Amino acid sequence: MRVEGKGLIDRSRSVRFQFDSIGYTGFEGDTVASALLAAGQRVIARSFKYHRPRGVMTAGSEEPNGLVTTGRGAGTEPNVRATVQEIFDGLEVRSQNAWPSLTYDIMELNDLVSPFLGAGFYYKTFMWPRGFWERLYEPVIRRAAGLGGLSGAHNEDRYEKAWAFCDLLVIGSGPAGLMAALTAARAGADVILAEEDSLMGGRLNAETHVLDGMAGSDWAAAVVSELAAMDNVRLMTRTTVTGAYDQGTYGALERVSTHLSAPVSGMPRETFWRIVARRTVLAAGALERPVAFENNDRPGIMNAGAVRAYLNRWGVLAGQRFVVFGNNDDAHRTAHDLVAAGAEVAGLVDSREDASVTSSDFPVYTGAVVTGSSGRMGLTSVTVSGAGMTRTIEADCLAVSGGWNPSVHLTCHMNGRPAWREDIAAFVPSPGAVPGLFTAGACHGDFETTGCLQGGARAAREALKEIGISAKPGDIPSATDAAFAIRPLWAVPGEGRAWLDFQNDVTVKDVRQAAAENFRSVEHMKRYTTQGMAPDQGKNSNIGALAVLADATGRGIPETGTTTYRPPFVPVSIAAMGAGAQGKGFAPERFTTSHSASTGMGAPMIEAGLWYRPSYFPRSGEQTWREACDREVGFVRSAVGVCDVSTLGKIDIQGPGAAALLDFVYANTFSTLREGRVRYGLMLREDGHVMDDGTTARLGPEHYVMTTTTAAAGNVMQHLEFVHQVLRPDLNVRMTSVTEQWAQFAVAGPKSRELLNELLDAPLDNDTWPFMSCGPVSLCGVAGRLFRISFSGEHAYEIAVPARYGDSLFRTLVDGAERSGGGAYGMEALNVLRIEKGHITHSEIHGRTTAFDIGFARMVSAKKDCIGQTMAAREGLVDPGRQRLVGLRPVSRTGEMTAGAHLFNSGTPTTRVHDQGYVTSVAFSPTLGHMIGLGFIARGPERVGETVRLVDGLRNIETDVEICDPVFVDPEGGRLRG
Amino acid sequence: MAELIARSPCEGLLPLTVGKVSLEEAEMGVLTTLAPYQGQEKAFSAALETAHGMAFPSPNRSTGRAGARAIWFGRDTALLAGPAPDASLTGTAALTDQSDAWAAVTLTGPGADDVLARLVPVDLRVTAFRRGHTVRSQITHMNASVTRTGADSFLILVFRSMASTLVHELKTAMEGVAARG
Repeated sequence: MRVEGKGLIDRSRSVRFQFDSIGYTGFEGDTVASALLAAGQRVIARSFKYHRPRGVMTAGSEEPNGLVTTGRGAGTEPNVRATVQEIFDGLEVRSQNAWPSLTYDIMELNDLVSPFLGAGFYYKTFMWPRGFWERLYEPVIRRAAGLGGLSGAHNEDRYEKAWAFCDLLVIGSGPAGLMAALTAARAGADVILAEEDSLMGGRLNAETHVLDGMAGSDWAAAVVSELAAMDNVRLMTRTTVTGAYDQGTYGALERVSTHLSAPVSGMPRETFWRIVARRTVLAAGALERPVAFENNDRPGIMNAGAVRAYLNRWGVLAGQRFVVFGNNDDAHRTAHDLVAAGAEVAGLVDSREDASVTSSDFPVYTGAVVTGSSGRMGLTSVTVSGAGMTRTIEADCLAVSGGWNPSVHLTCHMNGRPAWREDIAAFVPSPGAVPGLFTAGACHGDFETTGCLQGGARAAREALKEIGISAKPGDIPSATDAAFAIRPLWAVPGEGRAWLDFQNDVTVKDVRQAAAENFRSVEHMKRYTTQGMAPDQGKNSNIGALAVLADATGRGIPETGTTTYRPPFVPVSIAAMGAGAQGKGFAPERFTTSHSASTGMGAPMIEAGLWYRPSYFPRSGEQTWREACDREVGFVRSAVGVCDVSTLGKIDIQGPGAAALLDFVYANTFSTLREGRVRYGLMLREDGHVMDDGTTARLGPEHYVMTTTTAAAGNVMQHLEFVHQVLRPDLNVRMTSVTEQWAQFAVAGPKSRELLNELLDAPLDNDTWPFMSCGPVSLCGVAGRLFRISFSGEHAYEIAVPARYGDSLFRTLVDGAERSGGGAYGMEALNVLRIEKGHITHSEIHGRTTAFDIGFARMVSAKKDCIGQTMAAREGLVDPGRQRLVGLRPVSRTGEMTAGAHLFNSGTPTTRVHDQGYVTSVAFSPTLGHMIGLGFIARGPERVGETVRLVDGLRNIETDVEICDPVFVDPEGGRLRG
Repeated sequence: MAELIARSPCEGLLPLTVGKVSLEEAEMGVLTTLAPYQGQEKAFSAALETAHGMAFPSPNRSTGRAGARAIWFGRDTALLAGPAPDASLTGTAALTDQSDAWAAVTLTGPGADDVLARLVPVDLRVTAFRRGHTVRSQITHMNASVTRTGADSFLILVFRSMASTLVHELKTAMEGVAARG
């Protein structure tokens, strides 16, 4: 029911939305909870375990009951708190955890058998048969007890991540936060004020306080407008600070468009902020806690502060006839506010005998408690007992206050523990728990408005002083509110079920049961009962539960201690934290200069690290990739092929120490390499295993260019930097990656020189450009570099030009090659060619093989030191019995071979202990007409000619293969030099 | 004789404007990494001053001006952008042509810093990151060089091969900023 003249919402703008397919009307500024309460909708959810009808309990993000699902299709969002979700035209809200409907929920049967479903029930009941837990019990239980579900569909909604930096981050915009922000802003500090709510002001919007003679909410609005006009202030509403991290970094979730019916295109739903603040003032306020008594979870039983918030902020009366029940003075405000609004208050129940209440507007029961309630789908009456009397009072709303818990959460995110304060019966932050963070207001334990205002200003001044900004004390507005007095009351004694954790359905009995079964540590109790483990992380229930546990175990509350507060403070969607990384956003895409030409030729692209490279270039009439691949291999073996090899790492190394550095990082020697020549190099890790390989060219006396494999380009660059900076700072050498500067193409095959000569300004011949030579060339007037090197085993070159010409050169080369009976070749053909030639890749140098294993032991020069030399000489690494590189071919020409298969001797079982080795690379060789492979087998080279069994247990393949030399084509190397 | 046609890294991707912020490919001229040899730092800086009118930049700073800039580019390294390096610079430093290695874009307009705040994990507020300041950091997952060239303008470089990802990331962030009005 709405109260005329009350609330901070815009009554002139009505908003239509749906709840469980029924249309409702609210006003702009309403949440789902306030609009439904105004409409008299009492049940909005079913409880987690017992499926009990539940209504709204709070007015904030701590809400345990009002979890709903919004949206449709892929964008369905479960477990949205109805108290946070603002309504907008067209909003669709659905209840959760109820079937077939909220009113008739079959799983309510759980409630009838509740005596059997207490803490530890699952652990004791579903013990056997063993296998049933995973396959039967757990899925069934999960279906019965649950929250909302995700759509499971790919969600195209936009999310965003961002960074922000400031001098002072103020978290919370109640009286303390506003004063802190104002004090800092006036001092010229760069301020960010983050507020979870859509409206700044905190409790000032929920109470009837008067500040400096005006309504608290008006004072808040005036401060906010002053702040908004300042360049050094950033106001962030709908932004929940979710975690405190190292060095002043805070996570924060901003709800950017979840409240809009038609967000502007490009607007994210949420933004996950990383706010880096030199100092922080936490003014997060406090959360009201309920009192446990029998059946304290009925719809209509709410926190007293929430009843005031709905009345003062949204103009909503949460019922028609109220009872207020509390153990502190703050609760009294509820009764006064309700009466002032014209509502009927049927009683104020205060558990303190000495409570003083100054009103004749309603019956007052001091030294009394509420011991029970009735009303299945909504409260109808409460039972009040005390001072020898028991009576039933009709009411449809019970406003309960067990006191307030300061929101210490963020102060505990770096392992700080809060301290117990007896006078307010609450935990408060320990000073210095988070470096650079100061607390103020209710979260600091100041429950009076004047104290909040003073505390906010003081915290800001202290914080800024530490970073050399001096702020003036400023005027503190005068505030009307009473002192806060409380006497703890956690649970009203009684037999029935009294709820502590509403979201996870944990009762006082459950906690006592845990204690009885010796789960006495608060952390054990939590895990045994699941108290505090739901999406709300026990915001309403943790302190009450630990107080009950303390009582059950005969300890005090501070000795019992709290469980660990961990980020995030509120649930954060993974979509927000991973914003931008969906699908291809996961990693940058690196495209070669020939990319569009390759895709234009229909080439399927495969990923090589971040790069995209063409697999093969299909031609019409070809049915399979193999046909294209075989054709492309043929180009290189008999005519000329062109392949983009720009992705290989290229490192420019210059300086007087360049040669010495190369001798140190390579197993073989480069100081002896002549200018204008290229040499194959093998690089070892410190542990003696092979790290990478490639060719390095000497361009000048002190100038080399090293190539690495595509996969290891970054690692090798990092390795060289490490070696230079840490191991050999004495070497005067400079290096930089030039991978991206050059577009480089392999031109391979017997007609490769002819093709290049069509483009080179000065033609090549074999005498001036022998195998393994290199140098500058001019190509169509463009300065490039030419390397006569070969991965395919054919007469081949690699031509490099500045990348701007890459696209054009690739197209020109492919045109020319096609005219000569050749063409472009892709990764598949490249792989076949290199296996035919016995060249290794990272399939072979996979991190566990040594130079000895791949037959390159002699490349490890004994004449100089190099990284890995000593370790590579270890006995175990040069044992002839090691698995070493060999070639493999099927005994039958049609025999199938697979990479990853293992090798066994004939007649031995295919078990681990009989394993002789494994296959690393295979290909169908169109040159030879059968499959070929490379692999490692014990004593490899000594066994050439032997037949062994190739067994692929995954694909059920078994083939007799012959061990052979790894070089299948042109072992003499005549073609290379042709 | 065939002719080789030059293509720029962002060809076909830029320019674009979203809201008040514009993104366009930067014409950088010749790019050369300058890496003075050990003990040559002062001599090289003097030679650079004589030849191109700018000192060797200290870490996170750039020297010179539009058309001829030296941008700190990492340990012992600066990127000379604009002129081809004068012959007098050889010998005291390793000079490496990088003219084709980088995609260079300028992001201009009110809110350009808000756009970068969505991508770069560095404090780029004008109070902390003034005109001429530069940083080697990340643009989302990409290794980048970011330099403030004016109150509302930044020069951004990433590997040439990542040009399309760069434009995609910047465009998305620009849309996010523009949508907030």
